[in-house]
Amino acid sequence: MGRGLGGRVTSGGSRDAVPGAGPPKMAVCIAVIAKENYPLYIRSTPTENELKFHYMVHTSLDVVDEKISAMGKALVDQRELYLGLLYPTEDYKVYGYVTNSKVKFVMVVDSSNTALRDNEIRSMFRKLHNSYTDVMCNPFYNPGDRIQSRAFDNMVTSMMIQVC
Amino acid sequence: MDASEEPLPPVIYTMENKPIVTCAGDQNLFTSVYPTLSQQLPREPMEWRRSYGRAPKMIHLESNFVQFKEELLPKEGNKALLTFPFLHIYWTECCDTEVYKATVKDDLTKWQNVLKAHSSVDWLIVIVENDAKKKNKTNILPRTSIVDKIRNDFCNKQSDRCVVLSDPLKDSSRTQESWNAFLTKLRTLLLMSFTKNLGKFEDDMRTLREKRTEPGWSFCEYFMVQEELAFVFEMLQQFEDALVQYDELDALFSQYVVNFGAGDGANWLTFFCQPVKSWNGLILRKPIDMEKRESIQRREATLLDLRSYLFSRQCTLLLFLQRPWEVAQRALELLHNCVQELKLLEVSVPPGALDCWVFLSCLEVLQRIEGCCDRAQIDSNIAHTVGLWSYATEKLKSLGYLCGLVSEKGPNSEDLNRTVDLLAGLGAERPETANTAQSPYKKLKEALSSVEAFEKHYLDLSHATIEMYTSIGRIRSAKFVGKDLAEFYMRKKAPQKAEIYLQGALKNYLAEGWALPITHTRKQLAECQKHLGQIENYLQTSSLLASDYHLTEEERKHFCQEILDFASQPSDSPGHKIVLPMHSFAQLRDLHFDPSNAVVHVGGVLCVEITMYSQMPVPVHVEQIVVNVHFSIEKNSYRKTAEWLTKHKTSNGIINFPPETAPFPVSQNSLPALELYEMFERSPSDNSLNTTGIICRNVHMLLRRQESSSSLEMPSGVALEEGAHVLRCSHVTLEPGANQITFRTQAKEPGTYTLRQLCASVGSVWFVLPHIYPIVQYDVYSQEPQLHVEPLADSLLAGIPQKVKFTVTTGHYTIKNGDSLQLSNAEAMLILCQAESRAVVYSNTREQSSEAALRIQSSDKVTSISLPVAPAYHVIEFELEVLSLPSAPALGGESDMLGMAEPHRKHKDKQRTGRCMVTTDHKVSIDCPWSIYSTVIALTFSVPFRTTHTLLSSGTRKYVQVCVQNLSELDFQLSDSYLVDTGDSTDLQLVPLNTQSQQPIYSKQSVFFVWELKWTEEPPPSLHCRFSVGFSPASEEQLSISLKPYTYEFKVENFFTLYNVKAEIFPPSGMEYCRTGSLCSLEVLITRLSDLLEVDKDEALTESDEHFSTKLMYEVVDNSSNWAVCGKSCGVISMPVAARATHRVHMEVMPLFAGYLPLPDVRLFKYLPHHSAHSSQLDADSWIENDSLSVDKHGDDQPDSSSLKSRGSVHSACSSEHKGLPMPRLQALPAGQVFNSSSGTQVLVIPSQDDHVLEVSVT
Repeated sequence: MGRGLGGRVTSGGSRDAVPGAGPPKMAVCIAVIAKENYPLYIRSTPTENELKFHYMVHTSLDVVDEKISAMGKALVDQRELYLGLLYPTEDYKVYGYVTNSKVKFVMVVDSSNTALRDNEIRSMFRKLHNSYTDVMCNPFYNPGDRIQSRAFDNMVTSMMIQVC
Repeated sequence: MDASEEPLPPVIYTMENKPIVTCAGDQNLFTSVYPTLSQQLPREPMEWRRSYGRAPKMIHLESNFVQFKEELLPKEGNKALLTFPFLHIYWTECCDTEVYKATVKDDLTKWQNVLKAHSSVDWLIVIVENDAKKKNKTNILPRTSIVDKIRNDFCNKQSDRCVVLSDPLKDSSRTQESWNAFLTKLRTLLLMSFTKNLGKFEDDMRTLREKRTEPGWSFCEYFMVQEELAFVFEMLQQFEDALVQYDELDALFSQYVVNFGAGDGANWLTFFCQPVKSWNGLILRKPIDMEKRESIQRREATLLDLRSYLFSRQCTLLLFLQRPWEVAQRALELLHNCVQELKLLEVSVPPGALDCWVFLSCLEVLQRIEGCCDRAQIDSNIAHTVGLWSYATEKLKSLGYLCGLVSEKGPNSEDLNRTVDLLAGLGAERPETANTAQSPYKKLKEALSSVEAFEKHYLDLSHATIEMYTSIGRIRSAKFVGKDLAEFYMRKKAPQKAEIYLQGALKNYLAEGWALPITHTRKQLAECQKHLGQIENYLQTSSLLASDYHLTEEERKHFCQEILDFASQPSDSPGHKIVLPMHSFAQLRDLHFDPSNAVVHVGGVLCVEITMYSQMPVPVHVEQIVVNVHFSIEKNSYRKTAEWLTKHKTSNGIINFPPETAPFPVSQNSLPALELYEMFERSPSDNSLNTTGIICRNVHMLLRRQESSSSLEMPSGVALEEGAHVLRCSHVTLEPGANQITFRTQAKEPGTYTLRQLCASVGSVWFVLPHIYPIVQYDVYSQEPQLHVEPLADSLLAGIPQKVKFTVTTGHYTIKNGDSLQLSNAEAMLILCQAESRAVVYSNTREQSSEAALRIQSSDKVTSISLPVAPAYHVIEFELEVLSLPSAPALGGESDMLGMAEPHRKHKDKQRTGRCMVTTDHKVSIDCPWSIYSTVIALTFSVPFRTTHTLLSSGTRKYVQVCVQNLSELDFQLSDSYLVDTGDSTDLQLVPLNTQSQQPIYSKQSVFFVWELKWTEEPPPSLHCRFSVGFSPASEEQLSISLKPYTYEFKVENFFTLYNVKAEIFPPSGMEYCRTGSLCSLEVLITRLSDLLEVDKDEALTESDEHFSTKLMYEVVDNSSNWAVCGKSCGVISMPVAARATHRVHMEVMPLFAGYLPLPDVRLFKYLPHHSAHSSQLDADSWIENDSLSVDKHGDDQPDSSSLKSRGSVHSACSSEHKGLPMPRLQALPAGQVFNSSSGTQVLVIPSQDDHVLEVSVT
């Protein structure tokens, strides 16, 4: 993957991006997963089959685990929380992010949504992380409980694809 | 390669491509050096410096040497690079000027002109010098001249374009040197040519690319141009650079597709949007798929063709670069991307066609990778390839479903038609795989050919994928593929094979708490279990699903109905139970007992109310709900006593149960912490450290298998307990949500009952909660009847009526009509019978149950209290008034007979505080109807008063003062005070000086009474008196009984005054007043007031000539340090025992302060010689003299005999004269015998005149 992307980036100068066209460039499913791998929060676009995303996010944890353990060996100091593309499927791309406390964020993006590049995904994860930190700061929130914060929910909604 | 013979070689796109170098001139000569040349050229690398800042590279050069022909030179606009001659070499051996002039020069000129015509500047002239030839011809010019000539003629300013190769075929150092120089030149020139020509090519290419927005620009054309560059890099073995060319093409194309999708269509792209007609997959076995390349060249390629070709080239290059895993990764990306692009471009694709294409491609990539890696490499890189395996499996599965190969019946005609169409799209197998048995093509064709073959291939793939996922630890992915497999088995009606996969997946989801996948998998599992006929498992899964909120109401009802249907079926074997865990059916929320402390007496009724939260979507009729109870006889019987019962009242008695199924799985945190210890192992001989390390002591806890702990789905763990004790509730309908169920039981045996299991039976289905936790217990107790008697107030007061509370705890005894308490009367304590006294009967829970009048019958010895009828485990309470007859505590053990009960004096307490009341204990023995033994009860009464008496004197007149101190908290009214002489001395009169007959005495206060003693004859030496005063509580209006007065007896001795002491202080003569610091005279006058009396007869009395005298010692003491006594302060005098006998003593004292000073004390002691015979010999004065120093020290307020004795002993220690002699003794005169007539008088002392400081002492 890395190599392929690299190749594309070198020829980036010749790209003709078409801004402002197509559907809103957003995620179709966003999940927050506890250190112990149970979901703290998971939401997908209501039009889609929710179950499918649950399976997808759950399966993606395999790669998250793999990446975390690989990172544990190599990049302890680098503090790179973004795990990159976990795995692509025909229709979706699954991205991962892990906090220092090993809480995972997983975001599923429609494969046809080509406007979402690494940088956008990164910034979305950062937004998600900030909002999650706010949730954790709430003294009434018990770490490990399902997230029910409305503020967090609204933030996720803003990152999800708007269904017309 | 024989360049001389070969015609223009066709361009073959293989790895064999090398840069073309043309050879002109002497072909034979070239042929002779060619082997050496082709061998030597690539031997050493050369650094290639690149344009555009690209990094320089070391490059091994090879060349394809061909004979020079004009046609080889590219015409203007020809973009072919592979056929481009990068260098032109002219070979000559000429060493003869004639020959040169005749032929070679012309030939060279012609060659040069052709090159110039094509503006090719990359040429070289090689002159081979041969020594052998030189020797043969004598008239030859020196070699250099030919070289010079050629240089002169052709190499205009480019002398380096002409080189000499000396004796190339010889083996000499000169030859070697010459070759090296030549090869270096050749390489340099070649690279120069590359740089120049490739740079130009790249510039042209870029120009072409910039025109891509112009209409008529063709991607295919551009593709061919850039690929040419890639080929050249590949030819130069610069695979990385070659790959970049393809990646750029890839990215360019992708961007076009994206833009097209965004509505910005490029015309040329519509070529690629042709409907997909062929889906024969990637071809990676040939370096270049000419067929596809040509179709691109012809602009006939479809999107899949272009993508396939592009990828096959990338694949080839990546494999050259030893990066097979990137191939796998890129392949997956490509396949996904192609599917997306076809969708985006809305290319029409027959159903299943893409699946075929993807399937074939996956297998092709995998086989290609397998072909170039060994097994170990593959095994260690499964993570890279498993995605392809999984993708292929997925695609084969969907093909199977599409072609009707998964159904039970097999494909129908429509399915078959579809299959035929799909196979047609595959075309014929390509020749390169035709001989491979396991080629993707053959596999797909076979798999689609029959149901059996499909199954075989699908299972193979699935198993391989699962195995691979498992081997690299991607358990979740493995389970997910397993679920697909289970679905397949279910379709194939093989639920027994599906079950294991579903269970495995479910366990995984449960362990990680993923609700939706759990529900979904459970639904599948339920179906599977139903097919398998696993009734118990099916029912359990159904109950879990019926309570699952992620399902729709209808689905939940369906599963609930499944349970109810089964339950209502008549069972084949009656009594057969299906035992299921309860938590999915209903949950125990809370429980509470009535009585709330969960303690009940034998025979009592206990209610247990539980709240069960039914998880079922519909009301369920439950035949019975049973709680199994474990009975144990508890050793600690305290819990069962009435005290416990009354003291331990829980606030509300509700026990809450935590929700049983936690929403989250058991977190990893619950693992115990690592217990690490240092470990040292020392050598036994010299104690040097052999090994050291850290060991983990709880490894067995930490490394336990995780799965084994979470067997949530296994119903086998639930065992039904059969116990003798059960709480039962029949025919209950559990509504969805909370239900209240009440169990009622009558307590039987005493002991502790622990609630163990909760079972609900619906037909033959039993839902069992195997353990009720937290532990719930109730206690049944049996209690002996008890009687308690306690005062109502803090303490009972003697002398007045006091209330005492009787409490009868019936325990297991039932009070019958006629049962009574028999109180044996204590003499000094009366039980006062009141008509209106009532008894109240309370139940065990302190609720009043009845009230009855109390019948009390008293006889001399016994008081009988008849108890009201009361059932067992009740409490009867009533109050009685008792009166302790007052008794006075007499002094000094003289009047024991007064306390008729048992006056019990606490001497120590009395002495210590002086405030404590004297107490009296009365013991009452009570006979209870339930026991043959008597109960003895001690009641302690306190005497409210303390009385003291004092003898007061005024000269010879005597008074008795009695002080009554009220120690209690109550106020009393005192009346009728009397003081009588019990000694019956008739001439003695006690005249009361008290005016009031009634007098209140308040709490903690005192009242004084005074009587004057009068007598006519000689008074008796001692006087026995009894003081009595009536008292009643001041607050109470009327008392039903008359109270006994309070009495106090005492004895007064030696009350008759014998001596009068008078002291006077006179100022120094000539002075009007005493002054501080000046000596004054103290005159003490001791007068005997009576003649010889009975009391005088003691040792000190001496008789001589009918005259009696006694020895007295006086002492002047000033305790307030107002006076300094000068000289002797004490002395012994002999006092005649006769009335009016007077003794006068003079002393000198000095006032120390000014003001009215009280006189110093004068004390009188009786001076008793140890033996009266020797006492006269003693010189008392001399003895006193010795003691003068000790006088000032002698400052005790009350010099009692003991301190005087000690003084005597001090004296005996320091006086050697009297050593061994018995000492005289001093005895204080009783207070009544000495009257100090000057006590209280004061003397005015004025300050001395020369004092500058006035000291005023205020006393």
